[in-house]
Amino acid sequence: MATHVGGLTRTAPPISGSAASADSRAAVSVRGLIRSFGPKGVLNGVDLDIAPGEFVALLGPSGCGKSTLLRALAGLDHDVRGSGVITVPDRVSVVFQDSRLLPWDTVLGNVTLGLREHDAEARSRRALAEVGLAGREKSWPHELSGGEQQRVALARSLVREPQLLLADEPFGALDALTRIRMHGLLQDLVAAHRPAVLLVTHDVDEAIALAHRIVVLDSGRVATVRTVSPDVGSTADAAGHEALRRDLLAALGVVPASGAQPTTPAEPAAVGH
Amino acid sequence: MSAAPVLERPAVEPHQDPALAGRDDVRPTGKRLGPGRRRRLAWLLGPSALLLLWTAGSATGLLDPRILSEPWTVVATAGELLADGRLQENLAISAQRALLGLFFGTLVGAVLALLAGLSRVGEALIDGPVQIKRAIPGLALIPLLILWFGIDETMKVLTITLGVFVPVYLQTHAALRGIDLRYVELAQTVGLSRAGFIRRVVLPGALPGFFLGLRFAVTGAWVSLVVVEQINATSGIGYMMELARTYGQTNIIVLGLAVYGILGLLSDGTVRFIERKALLWQRTLAG
Ligand SMILES: Nc1ncnc2c1ncn2[C@@H]1O[C@H](COP(=O)(O)OP(=O)(O)O)[C@@H](O)[C@H]1O
Ligand SMILES: [Mg+2]
Repeated sequence: MATHVGGLTRTAPPISGSAASADSRAAVSVRGLIRSFGPKGVLNGVDLDIAPGEFVALLGPSGCGKSTLLRALAGLDHDVRGSGVITVPDRVSVVFQDSRLLPWDTVLGNVTLGLREHDAEARSRRALAEVGLAGREKSWPHELSGGEQQRVALARSLVREPQLLLADEPFGALDALTRIRMHGLLQDLVAAHRPAVLLVTHDVDEAIALAHRIVVLDSGRVATVRTVSPDVGSTADAAGHEALRRDLLAALGVVPASGAQPTTPAEPAAVGH
Repeated sequence: MSAAPVLERPAVEPHQDPALAGRDDVRPTGKRLGPGRRRRLAWLLGPSALLLLWTAGSATGLLDPRILSEPWTVVATAGELLADGRLQENLAISAQRALLGLFFGTLVGAVLALLAGLSRVGEALIDGPVQIKRAIPGLALIPLLILWFGIDETMKVLTITLGVFVPVYLQTHAALRGIDLRYVELAQTVGLSRAGFIRRVVLPGALPGFFLGLRFAVTGAWVSLVVVEQINATSGIGYMMELARTYGQTNIIVLGLAVYGILGLLSDGTVRFIERKALLWQRTLAG
């Protein structure tokens, strides 16, 4: 991994079983991350750990620095001023909000991009089948719908068997129906490949539905952390789901809409630390 | 609503698919702003119209044959020159000059564009001199080239090369610089090597610009060819025309012009054909 300006990206030691302490077992570790554009600080000391296989959702209002944090983890912020220590695994994949497919390459060519293994093509075909696009290998990206393009992007990132999957509002540009389907697909893929995931989103429901843990960014720091129990995530525990939802909306400084409120009036809780 | 929609205009095009023949096809036809589908051989229309005008002008006597020979005279002249072998001979030598110049010019232009586009040092070293070369008319260099290389083939091919490499460089370089930074980021996140990055991202991304430059280059090659052959040559189409001028043979001059025109049209068509095949992924107005 590259060492970049003002920060340090190290490769995590290989995850060995029982002997490792809780801290060194983390797939991702961020300590005191500071990033600024010009005089204005965007990230003012972010600390974050993600365990192997853990699914973390990063919430925050627009412009709070979610993408800045994700790009720092991806090593894409060469020219941004800042400091801090970042440790990420060897194999990191990124899914962007735009599918970012090369328009001059076929669907298959886009998935094999950068693969060096001799069986790259066979693996890419399997990955495309996994996202439900078998038979579309020879299509051009512009011949696919937005949702299909984003599925190619998912195939491209998962064919590398990443230990960390970084996704920056990957479903933000999709319609509501397609988004729900993509949630199911992402859950299946993550269950099958078990990467650690950092999903940036501005959608509270998406975060609750997908994540094990939700982190809210505020004023350039991690302001709120909530764990999501499986029952709450699947809405089996409807009351718990609703409480978490209100809690998060309050943390984001949004008063819940009155229509979504069955009984108790909204009580905007102070943003916790 | 159960009532059939009332359409003011009928469907635009009938079904091509026999399986659908006989089925109703009533669709509202929105106003089409693009030029519509490509039609084969449509490119012949403009040149044919020109030919028709020329023939009509000559046949009606509006065009004096001493000013512009009749099309049939030119065809007859072509027949005579073909029969005694002069046309083929001069055409072959002209084509060889043009193609050699085109080849070297394209190579030099593309390589310089890559060097200047992929490294800051390359850009600092290359871009300035090319811009200076661009400001000097290619023909102004001919006296110097004659002094250095004499009047043999080297000088002629070099003149064409110098005229060709500039548009190839400019367009390729601009396209290269215009490659979306997001793709560069992508290349980094999927771990492409430098060579892989050039092969999978830079070259395909710059290809549309390269082809645009090539089309300018092809035209430029014929222009330079005419000049070098008319200034200083003992063979070639330009020499044949220059000789005809001293004898007042309008028909041969016009034949030479027609040959240049046909060559230009054919070469541009060839480049466009290759371009369409190579850029299948593009969805543009050209179609
Ligand atoms: N390349 C850049 N140059 C200058 N300012 C930037 C740049 N990228 C982001 N910013 C600023 O940093 C802040 C955080 O941006 P970002 O991380 O993209 O927010 P978001 O949480 O919406 O993803 C914003 O105020 C934005 O204007
Ligand atoms: Mg963002």
